[in-house]
Amino acid sequence: MSRTHVSCNINGDDVEFLCDAGESLLDALRDEMRLMGAKEGCGTGDCGACSILMDGRLQCSCLIFAPEADGAAIVTVEGIADGDHLHPLQQCFLEGAALQCGVCTPGFLVAAKALLDRNPDPTETEVRYALAGNLCRCTGYDKIIRSVLAAADRMKEEVAG
Amino acid sequence: MTITEQRPSYRYVGTRPVRHDGLDKVVGKARYAADLVLPGMLYGHILRSPHAHARIVDIDTSVAEAMPGVRAVITGADFPDLPADDPERNMTRNLMARDKVLYEGHAVAAVAAATRRQARDAAEAIEVTYEVLPHTLDILEAMEPGAPLLHDDILTTGLDSEPSEPSNVANRTCYERGDIEQGFASADVVVEGEFLTKPIHQGYIEPHACVADTGQDGKTVIWCSSQGHFRVRSQTAAMLGWDTSRIKVIPAEIGGGFGGKTTIYLEPLAVELSARAGRPVKMVMSRDEVFRATGPTPGSVIRVKLGATGDGRITAAKAWLAYESGAFPGVWAMLGCMCVVSPYNVENFLIEGFEVVVNKPVNAAYRAPSAPMAAFATDTLVDEIARRLDMDPIDLRLLNCPSAGDQAPYGPKWPLIGLRECLEAIRDSEHYRSAPAAGHGRGVASGFWFNIGEASSATVNLNENGTATVVTGSPDIGGSRASMALMAAEELGIDVHAIQPVVGDTEVVGFTDVTEGSRATFATGMAVVEACRDLKGQLRGRAARMWDCDVEDVEWADGRATHSGGEHEPLALADITAEAGRTGGPLGATASLNARGAGPAFSVQVTDVSVDDETGRVTVERYTTAQDAGTAIHPDYVEGQMQGGVVQGIGWALNEEYIHDADGVMENPGFLDYRIPVASDLPMIETIIVEVPNPNHPYGVRGVGEVGIVPPLPALANAIHDATDARIRELPMSPPRVLAAINSGNGA
Repeated sequence: MSRTHVSCNINGDDVEFLCDAGESLLDALRDEMRLMGAKEGCGTGDCGACSILMDGRLQCSCLIFAPEADGAAIVTVEGIADGDHLHPLQQCFLEGAALQCGVCTPGFLVAAKALLDRNPDPTETEVRYALAGNLCRCTGYDKIIRSVLAAADRMKEEVAG
Repeated sequence: MTITEQRPSYRYVGTRPVRHDGLDKVVGKARYAADLVLPGMLYGHILRSPHAHARIVDIDTSVAEAMPGVRAVITGADFPDLPADDPERNMTRNLMARDKVLYEGHAVAAVAAATRRQARDAAEAIEVTYEVLPHTLDILEAMEPGAPLLHDDILTTGLDSEPSEPSNVANRTCYERGDIEQGFASADVVVEGEFLTKPIHQGYIEPHACVADTGQDGKTVIWCSSQGHFRVRSQTAAMLGWDTSRIKVIPAEIGGGFGGKTTIYLEPLAVELSARAGRPVKMVMSRDEVFRATGPTPGSVIRVKLGATGDGRITAAKAWLAYESGAFPGVWAMLGCMCVVSPYNVENFLIEGFEVVVNKPVNAAYRAPSAPMAAFATDTLVDEIARRLDMDPIDLRLLNCPSAGDQAPYGPKWPLIGLRECLEAIRDSEHYRSAPAAGHGRGVASGFWFNIGEASSATVNLNENGTATVVTGSPDIGGSRASMALMAAEELGIDVHAIQPVVGDTEVVGFTDVTEGSRATFATGMAVVEACRDLKGQLRGRAARMWDCDVEDVEWADGRATHSGGEHEPLALADITAEAGRTGGPLGATASLNARGAGPAFSVQVTDVSVDDETGRVTVERYTTAQDAGTAIHPDYVEGQMQGGVVQGIGWALNEEYIHDADGVMENPGFLDYRIPVASDLPMIETIIVEVPNPNHPYGVRGVGEVGIVPPLPALANAIHDATDARIRELPMSPPRVLAAINSGNGA
């Protein structure tokens, strides 16, 4: 079976890869690009562990065919930090103990970034609804929600300061 | 918030440093089992039974074996058939069916091929001829004479007379004390009810995964996600008929377990496929497979009757518990019996439990296994007593609260426990002291879990620059590495981030039991402390050698050696390790122990709910949990365990259930239809850490992982009753059930 050639930008790098027509973008990221940050928790778009940004939109990469990524700009958890400088969300997740096993964490960080990119000053309820597509079985969400709110505060201070 | 009874103040223990493994987890670098890729790696796929119960007449793999990319095909016949008395026999028959399939999803054959798709296509091309048999899914039906039998060799144990006919009831467990007739005769109030729960799944977000690489030398290396890699080794060895020395297991990061990863599903299959193919084999379950073939925790039927005097003293308890084990027997009913009235002093009781096999997946441990269902029954009825007597439900529990020296219902005398302190913490909390908002209902409940000790090992090595590496055999499922580092920092007197905590593989660290029973920080922490104390003795000896003085003249405190006579400048740990080469070589210590004296855990919780009387939807408006941690080594992760346990309990109470159709096929094997709580369902979970230190641990640790899941079931049922007058005795309390209960005027 011939494979499909895909050109796209992932975390700032122009890349090319070959994939099967029916392959998910999640599998392509992991198998072809060896970007293992996005996880498969369900493969059906229910858990959000594979969340990525595609042209700025939050997506479950398990629900996207890899060839659909041709020409797109993709951000995965590996692309959130600015070099060695962690994103405030990453820093607040660490300081706020917002992770236990950590397997859902990449998806939560990407989804929370998507929220703060469009709404820098969310309420607790807005954070809870924005993250309702991401499942965490360890934390009960409390420390995740607090950490996202803390990151929003920190980013506002950085803008103001 | 933390309420401390009395304990020393510590420099590191009780602080909240950033966890050592955190950075990798927020940048996507932490490596879980499914993230490993080896050169030449193949992919494995399992063919599973479509039937709940069937005899395997024939398996024809010839078509599959000839398909593109296929390198190996295996069935149950490729593994040794363990003798009937082997304790791992049922495990091996769960991993690969022999003779019969016992539930929908039971593994029948497996394939290794070059790509995932090739492996799946080949597995589907295996032709299995089944003779479908009648099945049984319901506990009470399965207990009846004449019910379809899963096994022809189960003769119920624990009965007064030995049965002559096999049945689906594996055993009867009984606990009895006092005179139950007299106990009920002296009661002014008697309440009773039957409580029903469904199987639910642990629901870890990471599906089971492993990679096995079997070499021509007959040895294999397994990378996997598990709660205990030494058990992966022994169970894999048992299924393959191998000596354990041929197997090395390297723990990957684990993406949640909650008890569900204390046993194995994939590893021997991957090893055997790898051996046959001569290549590494990766196996990763789909979510559908996780639901159909792993976990869950048992469904149950529990009947409890309680009697109490007019002033609220419980005089008698009678309990009948039946737990379904899935396709092979477990220990679930026995554990339920041991927990069912344990938060109460009861002089007269009769508790009997029955372990029942049904045609569903084989149950695995789930966070305080069996205790939540038992508490659902008892703590709902205790709430009824409080209402009948017009007593405050906390006061009623305080009146019947056991403390050190009282005899626990399951036998031993209670050691120092913190149930009373947890009850008082909730009673005195701002939440309990404020009235619920208009229209909201309030419920309280308490819960018990044993906690366990078991075997642990630790190696602590001091590096030449004065840092330390702490190697343990306990997979870290919720922040335990940070706790190990904190205890080592406290002992050695060096900064917590000068310590690198590591989970070692089966060949670099001594035997360590599974991370289960809330034991890692307790038992493995003890081993870490013991090794550190050995090292402190060595450090004093090295300082004595550097000073050319008697070791008795050297004291170790605050991370440095001081000379009792004051004749030498103190030596920091790094000063000594820098000179180690000249004073006797590297400094390291190992401790292996069998930890005794785990501290029993109690939690008391209060919740306020609102109930939509048009839809029956329950909204948790406020939730506060108090739990005795003994000592909270890293309070963030103690709170995390408390909050996580509560929310799993909320999911169990309100939403989660296995749904099977009439043929025994699971109808909701995905997160869309098996709905675990999401962020928008919940409020913040307020925590009160109670610290009644466990005298059997150097820092007073009790273990905090499990008990938090116990009270939510009855707490929510009691709150729903308070809001609606509907007394619901069946889980989940999902909108249709709540609505029906409200509309039927099911008041109590």
